[in-house]
This record gives sequence, structure tokens and C-alpha cells, in this order.
Amino acid sequence: MLSRLKTMKKTTRSNLITFGIVIVFYLVVQILSGAGLTTRSFEGQLVPICAYVVLAISLNLTVGFLGELSLGHAGFMSVGAFSGVLLWTLVGDSLPAFVAIPLAFIVGGIVAGIFGVIVGVPVLRLSGDYLAIVTLAFGEIIKNIINALYLGVDENGVHFSLTDANSMGLSADGETLINGAMGITGIKKASTFTIGFVLILITLIVILNLINSRTGRAIMAIRDNEIAAQSVGINLTRFKLTAFVVSAVFAGFAGVLYGLNYSSLVASRFDYNTSIQILVFVVLGGIGSIRGSIIAAALLTVLPEVLRGLQDYRMLIYAIVLIVVMIFNQSPQIIAWRKRIIGRFSSKKGEPEKKEVA
Amino acid sequence: MQFLSYLISGISLGSVYALIALGYTMVYGIAKMLNFAHGDIIMIGSYVIFFAFGGFGWNPILSVVVSMVVCTILGTVIERVAYRPLREAPSLAVLITAIGVSYLLQQVAQLMWSPDPKSFQSIVAGAGLKPLELFGGKLTISAEAIVTIIACVVIMVALTAFVNHTVPGHAMLAVSEDRGAAQLMGVNVNATIALTFAIGSALAAVAGALLCSSYPTLSPTTGAMPGIKAFVAAVFGGIGSIPGAFLGGVLLGVIENLSKAYISTQLSDAIVFLVLIVVLVVKPTGLLGKKINVKV
Amino acid sequence: MKKLISAALASAMVLSLAACGSTGDSSSAASGTGDSTAATAEASAAGETTPIKLGGIGPVTGANAQYGTAVKNGEQLAVDEINAAAGYTVFELSFEDDESDSEKAVNAFNKLLDDGMQVLLGPVTSDPSISVAAECASENIFMLTPSASSQDVVDSGAGNAFQMCFTDPNQGKTAADYIAANSLGTAIGIIYDSSDAYSTGIYTAFQAEAEAKGLEIVQTSSFTADNNTDLSTQVSQCQQAGADLVFLPIYYQQASQVLIAANNIGYEPAFFGCDGMDGILSIDGFDTSLANDLMLLCPFSAYGEDETTKTFVAAYQAAYTETPNQFAADAYDCVYAVYQCLQDGVITPDMSAEDMCDALKTAFTSMTFSGTTGENQTWAADGTITKDPKVYQVQDGAYVLMSSKQ
Repeated sequence: MLSRLKTMKKTTRSNLITFGIVIVFYLVVQILSGAGLTTRSFEGQLVPICAYVVLAISLNLTVGFLGELSLGHAGFMSVGAFSGVLLWTLVGDSLPAFVAIPLAFIVGGIVAGIFGVIVGVPVLRLSGDYLAIVTLAFGEIIKNIINALYLGVDENGVHFSLTDANSMGLSADGETLINGAMGITGIKKASTFTIGFVLILITLIVILNLINSRTGRAIMAIRDNEIAAQSVGINLTRFKLTAFVVSAVFAGFAGVLYGLNYSSLVASRFDYNTSIQILVFVVLGGIGSIRGSIIAAALLTVLPEVLRGLQDYRMLIYAIVLIVVMIFNQSPQIIAWRKRIIGRFSSKKGEPEKKEVA
Repeated sequence: MQFLSYLISGISLGSVYALIALGYTMVYGIAKMLNFAHGDIIMIGSYVIFFAFGGFGWNPILSVVVSMVVCTILGTVIERVAYRPLREAPSLAVLITAIGVSYLLQQVAQLMWSPDPKSFQSIVAGAGLKPLELFGGKLTISAEAIVTIIACVVIMVALTAFVNHTVPGHAMLAVSEDRGAAQLMGVNVNATIALTFAIGSALAAVAGALLCSSYPTLSPTTGAMPGIKAFVAAVFGGIGSIPGAFLGGVLLGVIENLSKAYISTQLSDAIVFLVLIVVLVVKPTGLLGKKINVKV
Repeated sequence: MKKLISAALASAMVLSLAACGSTGDSSSAASGTGDSTAATAEASAAGETTPIKLGGIGPVTGANAQYGTAVKNGEQLAVDEINAAAGYTVFELSFEDDESDSEKAVNAFNKLLDDGMQVLLGPVTSDPSISVAAECASENIFMLTPSASSQDVVDSGAGNAFQMCFTDPNQGKTAADYIAANSLGTAIGIIYDSSDAYSTGIYTAFQAEAEAKGLEIVQTSSFTADNNTDLSTQVSQCQQAGADLVFLPIYYQQASQVLIAANNIGYEPAFFGCDGMDGILSIDGFDTSLANDLMLLCPFSAYGEDETTKTFVAAYQAAYTETPNQFAADAYDCVYAVYQCLQDGVITPDMSAEDMCDALKTAFTSMTFSGTTGENQTWAADGTITKDPKVYQVQDGAYVLMSSKQ
């Protein structure tokens, strides 16, 4: 077994380690939880962690593998969350959960994917910071529109308005589904850690396979040199759009997972700050490193909660940690310095010292 | 007449965006980084003026100068501590650090000055300037708007002259064009970028003074949204271009106010961003941006 | 090498997560504020009963931090007063930040439960409160929110969530009734925050009721959290439409901008606000003469002459060097309402949170409570409060109660 592991292709082995980390983490948490060793606070963070992990992996596809900066990932999360949760509030009571929940995810993913196409077709003509600003603009447009969206249903059918609740013309016994800035309320919670875990596994399987496929190589070729890629016959629009839409679909899935975890859902939650937060996971975990995204998303979600003991200084410390970790991880001088230190240890002990890094 | 009044308040808002965008675009053009903390430097500068002018009752001009000094020092220190170590790192790394700095400044402001909003006393009115009344009082243009527009034009002209006609300005152009080559030609890249940050931050202080004079609420998050809008304005006009930032800012303010007045106050942001997207899709480097030819 | 780094990071992650799981209790003890630990020591020395653990949740960082901070201060002040008067630690308050976000609020709620919270006095804003209320319903925890006024909050709490403030629809309706009954305006303009649940909730009810009462709404303008830098356009629109009364169901910060913008263009309609308006007179640097004649529907006045209010305002000013607003007053009342139940013997410190919830629910629906935000307040079984609406008018930098026809 071990010898087979050694002879395996390097990427396959690396991918297996990634899966291993996720599965081991899941099992450890389940065992600890079964033994009653975990706290509510910890268990409550598991679903958001899963959602952020999926978001980070999917954004990494755009940022790390397609090489385009997107600042509107929260927008896809938002449309996914709203459509999935809307479906769940409509059919959650009538259909059994094992049908309704996957259905909510599928709808959320499809809607996010459609938005991915709508946004992607015009936007992918641009590049660099212009692309970044346009994706940010799309995210803000989505937030702005959902914030002004009123949707209700009564015996006369579906009503909607973009101004206010009264102008929907809903009859007295009609039901308001989306109530503007108040969003969707009274959501029956459905997300669990296991659903989140399964979603991460699906995300990993799909995205790792995509990256290691012909399509993935084409996408990376575009990242490395657009003109060269074009000259060997790679269809830029098609592959760029593939990566972008897959990324949007998974953001939609993550949105559904997130939305089904709370009893209220508001559009203002998915603003550019959330997009940036996801980007922070990707950059901190290492651009193009799926495993790094997973670890960074989990650690950075937990960090503000661990810092609660600091009271008023919590977010201050969080900001400082962010800056320091960024400099420590990315500054060429410090990387060189770190290598020297590690080199010194490894020459003494014959193997690198782990703690220097952690 | 009413249209004119909406237009003027749009220009006034736009010139505030433009002023902020000038700082963004300078830093972007030369250091090639999006300084997300720019809006928060504006906020810090506004607090300095709030206490100097509103609190201690100093002369308005003196208050602005003090604020410029504080912001310049702050900007330079941030550049030295947080951005310079990442000069050779991927550009995203600096972006994230800038976001960290933005959080940090907001938190520091909140801890120092409490999250309670402050009502900012207009330094323009404080300097004794009166609003301009036209058509027998039917149309009023506030003194703040006039000062902001004038300040914006003066700064834009001065910056263009500085960049094009002085030695440090040429050094900036050289760094912006090709950092490596500039270094080989004997340009001190670090000093040039530090100077850029110093100027950008001094501009932030002026922008803060005028932003809060026109729109008088000041809280630790005051700088965030105008900062983002100004960033959009800078891209709109063609990021890196000084006249572009001016044009982008003014247009953004006008579009925002006219869509509020005539289309929908709720959806004005969506409209502004939609116009931005359309412009960029038609003209991918912004209104006045340079077309970059990629060499094979 | 890279593998080792990631392995180390992964193990660090598992360890840190496990650590944050298993050390919840010990860290909570360390995280308590200085005075509460000191007070605990004092209480155990005096041999008194264990304190009741109150939990608070609200935004103390971020864009809504001023509201959360006011609530935190109000609750802390009441707890300190009660403890000082009793001579031992009756209540122990820990207040957690939620940045006005559901996710953080639920995290905070879980953290507080881990730390043994028995009664929840929060959250502050509507959306987090709806999510936390649902958690309170499933965990059977009693929740009393000082300021989350959406009807959805009590609905989501399924009988476990109570409010100290009026619900939004109630405020909007009362405001419209008051304006109609006293003929305060013939042409009404509205400026509201369409991105805010509180503001939208009041506006929706106000509009419906105004129609029913035959009030003419000539202009409805809104703004969002993202375009509220410049409110002069909205003010001009109201002026153009000829509104002689502008209804402002918005918070004091934006209201101050509206008043300044109206003053700049020489527009002088009557302005009418709701409880979110309270606090406008204590904005640092604001020219309070602009607020003259401003009317507001608010249960609390810091200028009130009754003993409870005077004591509270004086104590608050001494402790935090600022005048309390209704956020602080509601929060202060929340603590005293629970204290009243304790004094009545409804709850005892040794009760579990679940038992306390059941006891408090019964008590709240049958008791009358008088505090800084009103006399003889009662609660319905769904958790909404009934109290006398009061309309104040600002005169020379203070509130004057308006004589009214209801």
C-alpha cells in the first residue's frame, strides 16, 4: 500500500492527501462530538466553515487557475442562497427532506451558474483590475436589486415589486416570500455538518478533476500566457467561461448551505466585504493551492471566534494577524529568511522542523 | 431649474469622488496596487480636522494642514511597514494587506473615538464662505460644492504639472512605466513610491475635509463606501490617468444623483454600477485609459 | 518540504479547533471583564448565592457599532447598579459582538450558552435577532431583545422571544394615527432607508395606515446604506413635491444629515421621526437648533422628570460621559424587567436556563413593568410589548411631551 502511494503520480498523491485531511477532520469531529467533547460554539461554526471552504475552493478556480481576480464571488453566493432557500421554503414542508434539500442545492447551483454565464460573457473580455472592478460591480448590483426585491404569492398568483411591500398588491392572506431588505425570514434550518462535508467532497472531486483534465490544462495555459494559448488553438472564451461558471455554481451551492443554516437571510450579508473575505482565504492559503484554501478558510473562520476573549480588541487583533501573516507568508525577504532558518535546522537534524512554519 | 439643481449636487458629490479617486489613481499608477485603505485614511484625516477645527477651534486652513501632515505621516508609515515588504510579492498579497490595514484603521478609530457618529462642522462655512445664489435665489450652489470643484481642478492641474515637469514627477512616470528599468537608470524606486504615498495621503486629508464638509456625518466607517465609489470612479475614467480620475469621479456623482432624482433612489447604486460595466465592456480600459498592447 | 508545511498547518488546524472546543469554559472565565471576576470573588467571600448569568449580543464593531455599544452600556449599568444595591453579585453580564450579522450572532449565542448563560438580553438589530430567536426557540432559552423591533423577531422566537421596544408595524401605524388625529400635515413626504429592516418595516405600516386615514403622501424617497453619503437629493424631492411634513423613520445619524440638508436649501417642513431618531441631540458637533420643533414618537426621553429616568440618566452620564438614548434605556429596562421577576421569586439563580425560560415566559405575560421607557408595560403571549406611545417635540435642545389627541 505504502509503496503504491510512493509510486503514484505526484498530483494524485497530493489530491489524496487533501481528501485525507478533510475526511480525517470530519471523522475526528464526529468522534469528539459523539463523545460529548465538543462545545456548542465549535459545532455551530462547522457549517459556516464548510460553506467558506467550498467558496474558497471555487474562488481559487477563478483566481488561482484561471488567473483572473474576481471581487464578486459573494454575489453568486447570494443568488444561490436566495434561490435555494426560496425553493426550500416553498417545498420544504411538502417534500421529504432527502428530496427537498438536494433540490434546493441543485436550484441554487443552477441559478448561480446562469448568473455566472450572464456575468461571464461580457466580463471575461476584460482582464486584470478592470475585471476585478466589474465583478465587484456585479456583486453590488445583485445585492442592491435583491435588497429592493419584494416577492409574494397569494391566490391570484405571484406578485413582485422593486419599490416596496405595499405596491406588490398582495391580498391579506397572501404570503410574502422575499421582503426587500428583510430578505427571507422564518427559514427552517436544514444544513448540517454532514451535508457540508459531502458538499466539500463533491466540490473537491469536481474541481480537482477539472483541474487535472484537458480543460484544466487549457485553463492554466490561458493563465500562463493568453496569446500563446490562443496561438495553439485554445478557445479563450470557452475555457475562461467554463472556469468562471463552474466557480459560480459552487459558490451557489455554498450559498445554499449557508442560507439553510440560519432562520433569516438578507442580501446585505453578501456585500463586497464578503467577497474580499473569501479572497483573503484564497490568497492566504496560497493562490492555486486547493489544500491551502481549505485550511485558510477553516482557520480564518475560527480565528475571530477564538479571539472573543479579547473583547473590544478582537477585530483589531484580527486585522493585525492578517497583515502580519500576509507579510510573513508572502514577503520575498522573509521567505528567504525562513528558508535559511529551516535550512539550518534541517542540516542539524536531517529533517525540517515543522514548528517554524506553523 | 430643478434639473440644474440635481445636476449641481451631482457634480458636487462627483468632485468629492474625484478628489478621492485622484489619490487612488496616483498610487495605482505608480505602485501598481489598489490601496483599499485609502478611504480609511480619509476617515482618519476627517477626525483630525473634526477635533482640530470643531474641538479646539483652530483656524480651518491650519486644521486642514495639520490633517495633511498627520495623513502624510500615516500613509508613509503604512507604506513602509505594510506594503514595502511585499513589493516583489504577487499583487494580490499587497491587496489583502491593504484590506488588513483598512480594517485596522477602522478598529483603531473606533477604539479611540467611539463608534458614535459625529456631526462635522463645515470648514468651508467656517472659513466664512457663503453659498452662491443664482436666478434670484431659485438656484443655490453651496459654498462647499464650489470649493470642492475648485480644489479638485486645482489639484488635478497641479498633479499633472508635477508629474510632467519635475524631476520627482519624471521619476514617478519612469517607475510607473517600468520599475526595473527605472531602477537601472538610477531612480530610487522605494523613495519614489514613498513620495507617491505621501502625496496620495495628503490628498486624502483634503478629500476628507471636503467630503465631511459637504456630507457632515463622521464615523469610523465613513471612508469605506466613498472609498469604494472613488475606486470605481478611478477605473471608470481609466485607472492610472489623472484627468481620467477627475472625469470618472464627476460622472459617477452625476449619474448617481440623477438616477436618484429621476429613476429610483433604491436602485441608484445598481444603475451606477451598470453604467460602469457598460462603459468598460465597450471601452475595456476606461474612458481615458491607455490601451495596452500586449507584446508576444 | 511543502507537504510537511501543510501537514503541520493541518494538524495545527485540528488542534486549534479541538482546543477552542474543549477549553470553552476555561477561556470564558479568563475573558470575563475585570469587575465581574472581582465581584464574583466578593460574592463568594460573602457566602451569597451564585449570580444569574445574563448574556448580551449586539454589534460593538462595524457600521452599527453605536447601537450595540449603547445597549452594552445600558445593560452593564443596570447590572452594576443592581449588584451594588444588593451588596453581592446578583447578575453577571457577558456581552458578545455580532457585527450585526446572523452568522456572528449565532456564534455568539452558542459561545454564551457554553459559558452557562441563563437569560439572553439581545441581540440589538433585527436580522441577527431573527436567527438567534429561532435558536432560542429550539434550545428553550428566554430572549428579551432591547431594540430588535421587527415582527419577525417574535414570530421566529415562537413564544420565547420578547421585545422591550414597539414592533415596527406598531410604530408606523401609531405615527400615522397621531399625525392624522392632530392634523400635523396635509402633504406628507417620507424619507426612509430601504436597505434597513427597521426603517422599511415602519415605512410599510405607515404607508398602509396613512392611506386608511386619508393622509396624502406626496413623495416617497429612500436611500440605502451604500448611497447615504448625500441625502440632499431626497430632501429636494420632498421640497419639490410640496411636502409640509416629512416623516423620517430612520436612525438619528442619517436624520441629522437630512436636517442639515433641509437647512441648507431653506426648506422648513415639520419633521416627524420614530424611536430611532432618539439620540439626535447628543451627536457630537451637531447644531441642535436645527432639530427645533422636530417631533418624535419615542417611549423614552432623557429629559423626563420622573425619578426612574432621572436616576438612570444621571448614572449613565456619570459612567459613560454621554446622554443615553433609547437603545441604552431599553437595554437598562431589560435588566430591570428580569430583576423584577427575580425579586418576585419567579426565578432563582440555581434554575437551569430551560426552567428559567418557562418561568419567565409565564411571568412576562402576566406582569406589569415600569421603567425608563414607560409605565405599566405589559407583554402579549407572542412577545410583543404594549406601552403608551409618547410623542415628544424638541424645544431648545430638550424633549417636551406633546399634548395629543389619540
